[in-house]
Amino acid sequence: MPVKSSTEPKKSLSQVIAEHNSDPGALLDILRDAQEIHGYLSTAVMEEVADQLDIPVSRVYGVATFYTLLATEPKGKYIIRVCESPPCHIRGAVNILETLKEVLGVNPGETTEDKKFTLELTSCLGVCGVAPAMMIGDQVYGNLTPERVKEILKTYE
Amino acid sequence: MKSLDELAKIRDEARKKLEIRDGESGEKTKIIVGMGTCGIAAGARETMGAVLEELEKRNLDNVLVTQTGCMGLCEQEPILEVEIPGQPRISYGKVSADKARQIIARHVVNGNIIGECGINR
Amino acid sequence: MSYFRAHVLVCAGTPCMLKGAGAVKDALCREIERAGLQEEIRVVETGCLGPCDDGPVIVVYPEGVMYSKLKPEDMAHIVQQHLLKGRVVENLVYRAEKEKAKSVVSLEKKGYLDRQYRIVLRNCGRINPDSIEEYIANGGYEALGKALTAMTPEQVVATVKDSGLRGRGGAGFPTGLKWSFTAPIDADQKYIICNADEGEPGTFKDRLILEGDPHSIIEAMAIAGYAVGADQGIVYIRGEYNLSIERLQRAAARAREMGLLGKDIFGTGFNFDVQIRTGAGAYVCGEETALIESLEGKRGEPRLKPPYPGVAGLWGRPTVVNNVETLANIPPIILKGAEWFRGIGTERTPGTKVFTMLGDIANQGLIEVPMGITLREVIYGVGGGIPNGRGFKLAQTGGTSGGCLPKEFLDLPMDYDTLAEAGSALGSGALLVIDDSHCIVDVLRSFMKFFQHESCGQCTPCREGTFRLYELFSTLAAGEAGQDDVKLIKELCQAMQLSSLCGLGQSAPNGVVTAFQYFEDEILRHAAGECPAGVCRNLSAGTRAV
Repeated sequence: MPVKSSTEPKKSLSQVIAEHNSDPGALLDILRDAQEIHGYLSTAVMEEVADQLDIPVSRVYGVATFYTLLATEPKGKYIIRVCESPPCHIRGAVNILETLKEVLGVNPGETTEDKKFTLELTSCLGVCGVAPAMMIGDQVYGNLTPERVKEILKTYE
Repeated sequence: MKSLDELAKIRDEARKKLEIRDGESGEKTKIIVGMGTCGIAAGARETMGAVLEELEKRNLDNVLVTQTGCMGLCEQEPILEVEIPGQPRISYGKVSADKARQIIARHVVNGNIIGECGINR
Repeated sequence: MSYFRAHVLVCAGTPCMLKGAGAVKDALCREIERAGLQEEIRVVETGCLGPCDDGPVIVVYPEGVMYSKLKPEDMAHIVQQHLLKGRVVENLVYRAEKEKAKSVVSLEKKGYLDRQYRIVLRNCGRINPDSIEEYIANGGYEALGKALTAMTPEQVVATVKDSGLRGRGGAGFPTGLKWSFTAPIDADQKYIICNADEGEPGTFKDRLILEGDPHSIIEAMAIAGYAVGADQGIVYIRGEYNLSIERLQRAAARAREMGLLGKDIFGTGFNFDVQIRTGAGAYVCGEETALIESLEGKRGEPRLKPPYPGVAGLWGRPTVVNNVETLANIPPIILKGAEWFRGIGTERTPGTKVFTMLGDIANQGLIEVPMGITLREVIYGVGGGIPNGRGFKLAQTGGTSGGCLPKEFLDLPMDYDTLAEAGSALGSGALLVIDDSHCIVDVLRSFMKFFQHESCGQCTPCREGTFRLYELFSTLAAGEAGQDDVKLIKELCQAMQLSSLCGLGQSAPNGVVTAFQYFEDEILRHAAGECPAGVCRNLSAGTRAV
């Protein structure tokens, strides 16, 4: 699978499926690409994937809801994932989450009204050496303090 | 790759190139920035940016900037290392963009290792 | 060996030598002899101690006092006052000792690399991971060359078996034995899978290896492929590890360009290629059969075993699944031999282990040390101790599925078997240190929150058990639970350990079970409306320290 690049023109769902030889074994990769194209996996998208791969929609839905990086609801432009695993918990992840809730005015799982940010919790991001940590989009931020979180959010204005 | 000899040839050439780069027979100073995820999460991109900017501003073209993976000292990220030919490699920790500029001014340009500097690898 | 009551380290790094460290050392030795202390005090020359600006520098142990800007004439004073009378000579003490170096790597790190033994992390932080030339310059791909041209597949398997290498993903299964199951099977297709779905909280060793030395994994997979007769390798890597994915893809592409992957490698007729597949956020996919399900495009739910993947794995074909750290050990073993590897670590578990040190520990980060090192050596040695003047409460080894070990276990040598006997696990090498400001119930609650989120939901004991445990610990922390609930917690733990389908559910209660062994009093007090550590807000703070 090539590294996704924002400069590449977006492909259509059929193209993606064709690239994977309509192989149901590649369902996970296809869904990830489909999400890249449509932002999230709507019922229509899932039905189309099932149709083209000739597998039940229930199987597509089952996979789409199993993995946390796949979304069946529309998401904000940036997804903020706050690590809530024990190493970050010990180092004060609760304060980070509280700050984000306060600044964005949403709870985990919700999207801001301007559709800019979706706040989510995640398990270990594997950067415990700089705990507490969060991810915004593909970017990882560590050594967070409530002040630093506010500064980082400003860079996404 | 068709034979072990071929690999050995590539290895020897690569070593020679590294030696030149490392300044054993050349004279280039090396700046190494830890660019693992931990380092980047702690701000290594800004550090790297400041290094490149400062080198350009000061027109220092005998300095080689390179990256490496995380060495495990995540607590100290971003980590920046300076290796001046004939001197031990010096590691600095928690190097902000400002600190990186200082390191270039004081250590790279003037040869003064800054204060309570770190580990000698 | 004679016993010295004190050691004096004299920095003999270049900057100090230029500033007269040689004369300082001579004066020091002279003064020690004059005071008649030569049998008691040992003078050692060391590499750079760090504060080069303030050289020459010496450090007096066991106190660890550092003196700086020394002149030969200062030595008489230091010997008379400090070494003879035990009084620190304040005006010569290195000034930053008091300020504790705000922005530069501080002194405690000076022993950071000395105490380590790096096999797996041999190149991490040393080479440019995007350069195959730098990897080759450091002996890269020589092990693959040796295996292909000078060894039979059987010899490769035998060497790995003899080395005693055990899987570093957590279970500790002998790697050579695993390979020997798959090697003799006659199949049209076999697979080597590198399990890089690192999700155990507090573990990031695999990420560090993949980011810092991606070629070592590609080389090791090719060797494994040769050994068991597989021509396809797949790296299953966490979707969140963007940098690892990119670096690994670039590394595979470069290896392909140079003919180190592909057809007829080293002219031996051996074909092997590697593809990189990414996960999509599911902890359970670190379990090898769940991982295989995920690779087949399904929900990552573990399979019933047997059959084991070694016989029937991906698409029903024989499949070897090895962890990243395990694989990183392979090239050095092939190059240096099984004997060399057996000489490191303990008898039952040779080699090294990468530990991630986290939580309330001064030097958070990652180290590689020989197996059998004690918790104390890690925490108070390389780890630099517990910050903020707090005391040690417990250490959880092996990640969130490990047990909670109190201070009685500080001197336990760490390897798979010893830790298992203590009710914990070596697991992936995560080491979470928790100081005495934390409450055991709050900590356990955070463990259970993790598991109730990550349980895949396939089997009832794990799906319901993790959920209820989290709920019970939440009520306990809120002061709404009684003695009956505590009993229920114990029962649930037992049921989960005995009847869960895979390792996730079986090991999820480990932290709770060990906490009941060593911190039962603190847990019971919560049921009586008291939080001794003063963490749980709804409860009254305790009257005595925990």
